[in-house]
Amino acid sequence: MTILAFILAGTLAAATPMLLAALGELIVERSGVLNLGIEGMMALGAAIGFVVTYHTHNPYLGFAAAALGGIILSLVFAILALALTANQVAAGLAIGVLGQGVSSLLGKPLESQTLNAPDKLPIPGLADLPLIGPVFDQDVVVYLTLILAVVLWAVLNHSKLGLIIRAVGESPGAARAIGFPVVRIRLGAIAFGGALAGMAGAYASTIYTPLWADGMIAGRGWIAVALVVFGTWQAGRIVFGALLFGALSLGGLIGQAAGVALPSQVLASVPYVVTIFMLAVISSNRRRMRLNTVASLGQSFSG
Amino acid sequence: MRLKLERRDAASRWATVAAPLIALGLAILTSLILFAALGKPAGQALYSLLLEPFDGWYNISELLLKMGPLMLIAQGLAIGFRTNVFNIGAEGQLIIGAICASALPIYFPTATSVWMLPAMIGLGAAGGAVWAGLAAGLRTRFNANEILVTLMLTLIATQVLNYLLLGPWKDPHGFNFPQSVMFPDVALLPILLPGTRVNISLLAALIASGLAYVIMRHRFSGYQLLVGGLAPRAARYAGFSESRAVWMSLILGGLAAGFAGACEVAGPLGQLQRSVSTGYGYSAIIVAYLGGLNPLGIMVSAFLMAALFIGGDNAMVSADLPVAAVFVFQGLLLVYYLGSLTFIRHRITFNGMGRA
Amino acid sequence: MTPLLQLKGISKRYGGVQANSGIDLRVDAGSIHAILGENGAGKSTLMKLIYGVEVPDDGQIIWKGQPAHLSNPSDARRLGIGMVFQHFSLFETLTVVQNMALIVPGSKAALSARIRDLGARFGLTIDPRAVVHSLSVGERQRVEILRCLLLNPELLILDEPTSVLPPPSVALLFDTLRALKAKGMAILFISHKLEEIRDLCDTATILRQGKVTARLAPRERSARELATLMIGRPMPPAVHPTPQGLGEQRLELARLDYLNDDPFGVSLSDIGLSVRGGEILGIAGVSGNGQQELAALISGELTLPGSHRDCVRLMGLPVGDLGAAERRLRSFAFVPEDRLGRGAVPDMSLSDNALLTAHSRGLVRNGFIRRQTERSFTADCIARFDVRTPGPHAEAGSLSGGNLQKFIMGREMMLDPAVLLVAQPTWGVDIGAATEIRQRLVAMRNKGAAIIVISEEIEELFEICDRLHVLHKGRLSPSLDVARTTVDEVGTWMIGAAA
Repeated sequence: MTILAFILAGTLAAATPMLLAALGELIVERSGVLNLGIEGMMALGAAIGFVVTYHTHNPYLGFAAAALGGIILSLVFAILALALTANQVAAGLAIGVLGQGVSSLLGKPLESQTLNAPDKLPIPGLADLPLIGPVFDQDVVVYLTLILAVVLWAVLNHSKLGLIIRAVGESPGAARAIGFPVVRIRLGAIAFGGALAGMAGAYASTIYTPLWADGMIAGRGWIAVALVVFGTWQAGRIVFGALLFGALSLGGLIGQAAGVALPSQVLASVPYVVTIFMLAVISSNRRRMRLNTVASLGQSFSG
Repeated sequence: MRLKLERRDAASRWATVAAPLIALGLAILTSLILFAALGKPAGQALYSLLLEPFDGWYNISELLLKMGPLMLIAQGLAIGFRTNVFNIGAEGQLIIGAICASALPIYFPTATSVWMLPAMIGLGAAGGAVWAGLAAGLRTRFNANEILVTLMLTLIATQVLNYLLLGPWKDPHGFNFPQSVMFPDVALLPILLPGTRVNISLLAALIASGLAYVIMRHRFSGYQLLVGGLAPRAARYAGFSESRAVWMSLILGGLAAGFAGACEVAGPLGQLQRSVSTGYGYSAIIVAYLGGLNPLGIMVSAFLMAALFIGGDNAMVSADLPVAAVFVFQGLLLVYYLGSLTFIRHRITFNGMGRA
Repeated sequence: MTPLLQLKGISKRYGGVQANSGIDLRVDAGSIHAILGENGAGKSTLMKLIYGVEVPDDGQIIWKGQPAHLSNPSDARRLGIGMVFQHFSLFETLTVVQNMALIVPGSKAALSARIRDLGARFGLTIDPRAVVHSLSVGERQRVEILRCLLLNPELLILDEPTSVLPPPSVALLFDTLRALKAKGMAILFISHKLEEIRDLCDTATILRQGKVTARLAPRERSARELATLMIGRPMPPAVHPTPQGLGEQRLELARLDYLNDDPFGVSLSDIGLSVRGGEILGIAGVSGNGQQELAALISGELTLPGSHRDCVRLMGLPVGDLGAAERRLRSFAFVPEDRLGRGAVPDMSLSDNALLTAHSRGLVRNGFIRRQTERSFTADCIARFDVRTPGPHAEAGSLSGGNLQKFIMGREMMLDPAVLLVAQPTWGVDIGAATEIRQRLVAMRNKGAAIIVISEEIEELFEICDRLHVLHKGRLSPSLDVARTTVDEVGTWMIGAAA
């Protein structure tokens, strides 16, 4: 396998946890809610997924438990942000801290333990292609995440459910005036975002690097939040953003391939630096931001 | 029966004081259940976490030592939070402050000048302010969200710290530990309370609290920030500059965090090491909120949070709890506090029928 | 005949405010029924109860003789009730047909066809593929009405539908409504405009302070009688200013172009106007034609690049590139159209709200707030402008619309500005307070101030202004002398039909 193919294949896998979480946050934000607790929900999902898979040897059970954990934590956020109309930034930070704390607590007994990563699922025909073959030799979650991105794109743009979510995000007052249950729709979106963030964490801890280390999410939840902004709230652009960050997180490998000898800390910083750079570039186009941004994002709505 | 929140005519004084206390009670109760569920001795854990920090002069002095940076940083952050500028990267600003301050004693380990310490503190505060200023510049010039930028800058700061401690600044005689040389005496803060580790930075935190109080209560500039947070369009209408509010919030937050970072290396640590980053920057966010973003409230909540830190250390030993338990407790505290905060301005009614 | 809709003893309260109390109402098929009342009389609340947006605390809603429990607008739609909201319930980023699809079943193609068909039949033509933010206010109203008609309602509620329309479009709307009535539809028409109701409606119910004060046939009564029933006393007399000598040029806009980078906003082009001391200049036009942008460019909330600073001149000096605070220092004051959140901070006391713009009047010294002076300034403002409130410590958010407007108006007037800009001075204000506000403006003009009033209410502008411009699609008409122009001429400019 060539180093190039290896990097291409690795990019997809590295992008998956960020993409999965960002797709969840996309739906949450499109409904007008800003949940900054992604990092905490991913950390919780990672710990639950790891612990359950470790004890049951059943990765599906691990994912399901992680999704459930993400949902429960996101519901804590929902109670604060929706029922009690708390400041959404603060509520997101609160469940973020809580999720990371509980994650450390749960993972503590299994520190440095490993799991067997599940088998890969090569796509017949494509996986045997020269050069780019390894790109089509991935685990099942990678494929499902990409399919999910397409599904969410279709739902948001071509279904009634998508119209309703967008309407609630643009103007909750008008949506309520014509009879949509704004709070319940937002609740659903938040729970969906929680489930995806939980599974994103489980993917990171049980498949991508099947080893438990405290703090292993390492900012990927925050990058997922940033990805939604980069993608200007469009599923397709978020996929591209996630792939870019997937490639960046393989900085070490790429550096080696290019024959550059940089300290590991510099390479580890690259995704963060690029995040800041991209945020500035994308956000400075105010017209485009205004056209795409969700009008009621982050504002409390009671009624 | 349908429950409904109804806005009060004016904020309830009673609820303002009660909210943090109720949150504390609920957080204690929840952690008791959680620890018990994890098979830990819940009673012992709680005793260590909440009461032991006040048991004896040594514990109390350690509490005061930790209260200083928490109070200082929280005062800086709260000013921004009140005007809706969310600097959540105080941890990174603290690290950069510590690094900047450490540069002097690391490059001049044999210095004897009395100006060493003031220069370190100044450099540290300036470093923190510059690090936060990056976010301010990106927000005002490019409209980049300061929450994400300050957070990313923190992750970068951690890598810078790691790089320095594993590379150029590593103490050559330090048995390969990731830490710098010990600082000379002129680079260390004088002790405030003899026999303890409490140094004069605690006074700085108290002075900063006083200044924050004056700014937010009596200065027109503080009033402008409040208007910017409560009603951004009213601030624009009155001609209060938004970019000035962003710069002021982030620079003050960065100054405070950088100052605190400098005081850590020049105080209890006496060298630059990884443990300079113990989460004060993150905890200060919670301290700021628990204090109701009010300078006086923050003095109380910083005291409480410092006790939690000490208690967490104790609980690790006596109840076999991981240090993460402290973060769980902090998270619960903030969740419950934000929840109970709602009742300061709202009351619950049934079927939408309120008392008139 | 069984009435289509009947209300019996409907009551609703919000916190301490009794919005509706014991309301009885009867609406028959094939008729247009007016709900008449001034701002704050409880009209909108009553309509929300009928449409299921809110649930009454007490009383019964009876639909075709059967008690109906409406807990949601979709319940109301299922019965055959449609509602056109005053501020609309459309989504700007969605297309016309997407907005319809939210509540009307059917494929996109089928909906588009029905939109065209219904539009042709009732004079409501609209492109189904257009994105709502690109539509004018009048077009949006058509979308909102069409969306109701697609569901074949038997009762159509329109909440103040004419407040957003220029006079010529009002006639078109009335034609549409009469055509719908002829098809057997019942229409509930909410308004505070007496002449319109006498023109259009068969029967009327008059509300005052949440209670029904009369049920009558409006065509058989004079406007004067209706007004008395609506506000409890005869309509206060208008306050026409008498001509007077003019002072120097105070504010001048010349060749002002503004390209809005907000895709949902309006761009202005080639704006020119000037105001002298001692006159009131009116800006007429339907909201959404650039009023907000024009106000912000005059107030300094929007600034121009330095190269265009000459386009705005205040007291003879170029100020186009100066911000709001600097323009205020040059004796400019401004009462914006939105009071809560812009003209005042809802969660702050009136004292602290005085500080918002009156800080230069000795309320701040060396950067420190002087609480004593702040309080006495506020108390003075409350007393002089008859603001009904417990005192300077009351939060701005607890005041009624009219009282808060009087407070903001008073605060700005106490600054004694050379130029005062007022946007929509009487929006949502009861008639008593509105009259008082207009009297204050004229008194200030008589003392020599230059005043610009931006308003949707043509009658108001004709009452107090010396001259008028009309703003339409970001362009300003030539100056019209109020004494020599007519409502019809202004109306023609409002739809951009004048040469």
